Amino acid sequence: MSNPLRIFVPVKRVVDYAVKVRVNATKTDVDRNVKHSMNPFDEIAVEEAVRIKEKSPKTEVVAISCGTAKSQETLRTALAMGADRAVHVEVKDDSTLQPLAVAKLLKAIADKEAEKPDLFILGKQAIDDDASQTGQMLAGLLNWPQTAFASKVEINGKDLKVVREIDGGLETVATKLPAIITTDLRLNEPRYASLPNIMKAKKKPLVKLTPEDLGVDISPRLQTLKVEEPAKRVGGRKVENVDELVDKLRNEAKVL
Amino acid sequence: TRSTLAPRFYTTGAGINTLLYVEHKDGSISGATLNALTAAKKLGGSVTALVAGDAPESVADQIAKFQGISKVLTAKNAAYTHSLPEDIAPLLVEAQSKFGFTHLVTGHTAVGKNVFPRAAALMDVAAISDITGIESEDTFVRPIYAGNAIATVKTSDKIKVVTVRGTAFDAALDGEQAASTESAPSAETLSLTQWAGEEIMKSDRPDLGNAKRVVSGGRGMKNGENFKMLYDLADKMGAAVGASRAAVDAGFVDNSLQVGQTGKIVAPELYVAVGISGAIQHLAGMKDSKTIVAINKDGDAPIFQVADYGLVDDLFKAVPELTEKISK
Repeated sequence: MSNPLRIFVPVKRVVDYAVKVRVNATKTDVDRNVKHSMNPFDEIAVEEAVRIKEKSPKTEVVAISCGTAKSQETLRTALAMGADRAVHVEVKDDSTLQPLAVAKLLKAIADKEAEKPDLFILGKQAIDDDASQTGQMLAGLLNWPQTAFASKVEINGKDLKVVREIDGGLETVATKLPAIITTDLRLNEPRYASLPNIMKAKKKPLVKLTPEDLGVDISPRLQTLKVEEPAKRVGGRKVENVDELVDKLRNEAKVL
Repeated sequence: TRSTLAPRFYTTGAGINTLLYVEHKDGSISGATLNALTAAKKLGGSVTALVAGDAPESVADQIAKFQGISKVLTAKNAAYTHSLPEDIAPLLVEAQSKFGFTHLVTGHTAVGKNVFPRAAALMDVAAISDITGIESEDTFVRPIYAGNAIATVKTSDKIKVVTVRGTAFDAALDGEQAASTESAPSAETLSLTQWAGEEIMKSDRPDLGNAKRVVSGGRGMKNGENFKMLYDLADKMGAAVGASRAAVDAGFVDNSLQVGQTGKIVAPELYVAVGISGAIQHLAGMKDSKTIVAINKDGDAPIFQVADYGLVDDLFKAVPELTEKISK
């Protein structure tokens, strides 16, 4: 049995993974008037934290989200999955909130707490900006070890062992808490929140903060000049049989 | 050195001074580093390569010969052997501060993704991930939403920390003259994490990220044993083997073969998708391939919308037939 930990789990509200996004009319962003849900990698992060808590019940799991008022839905989902309390850093417009600013907000929250967290578990990337930066940046700002792209996590007291997905295979690294983990797809299978747990989650504490409360400048470093549709492929041609396929590849596409 | 040739091709390089972080393993330079070098050259200005490791000399000699490299810095320390970000990021910061690099560039690989954002945070600048184009020294093109939108972003930071999508830039070419080598400034190594081992998938086939041809299997393969059919086809074609997330999650093949938004991004000359339906997340990893072939018994599968040649057929019949007919 491991010691009770304080685990912070940042979660992001993003356009649902199954939505086919479209560039908006002004070519400044994608159309956001679509279904949103918790970033899939963050669900895996919440699940991992809750599993740690299930082994060591005094563990506290704090879900954090930086974004518009609607991010509270995402925090309630994390609470329904088993997080104990939530912190919402509210901004009016989250389309310009970038990984460096989020990492600074998360560090400020950790600094503000009477008792520091032992562990941050984040998703390895958000499926909207596809940046894959926030966890590594937070680790840098805190000067903590980072174990990114985790597919297996073992905690024993203050010892942390993580199997990481790397190019070509897997790598194992060992470190001490406090530390940062970012989750890869294979870490676990997130649970669905049950209706009773969704009801209970409504009563769990949710604290609201602003970037000003935390003294963090969130002004974007990157300005998006334009957003465009990717080049369209002209696909859709069918061949009748393997002979025709081989012929086309040899004589038309000339790739064989 | 070869770098004197660069201004002929790129005239905007005044004051641009780029550091290329060289990823290497077992004495070989990562393919993605050579793509990143091409991107670095496109910025104009000079390109300095940084090679860190317990024995960086031989990799330093190799990279020194590449066209466009004006200088090589070596950082020799056992702490750098496994590219752990807690030690490499401070080294990048020291190198930037000593030489005043305007740009830090490397491949958007597992190593690049792990190290560069940490280094950017230490310098208090944004990181710009997975670029596919360079508009100017401060303006970059990068895919967002699994490649379903393409953003052009301009940074206001003085130092640009950039990871490069390998498939978007050609590999740099080996030259004849070698750039000079010197020691990198030393940085503190805290060794906050310890490397404890690795399991690398051994394969004689080409590396998935750089292969000219890729054969990928999906859920339609039904099990891991059936992937042998794809290995046979791949070997006939000199291709690498990839997989969809469904095939990886079902345990048919190793995770490292996954092609998609959260796996490898590939753009080979020929991509053969077998038993893959073509979910958004998979298309994100392969839709820039030059020629796409789909073999699937479901004629309505979304993969056919991007395929140049689609064959609606039972893969268990079509793949062995294709393997046989290619060898003729």
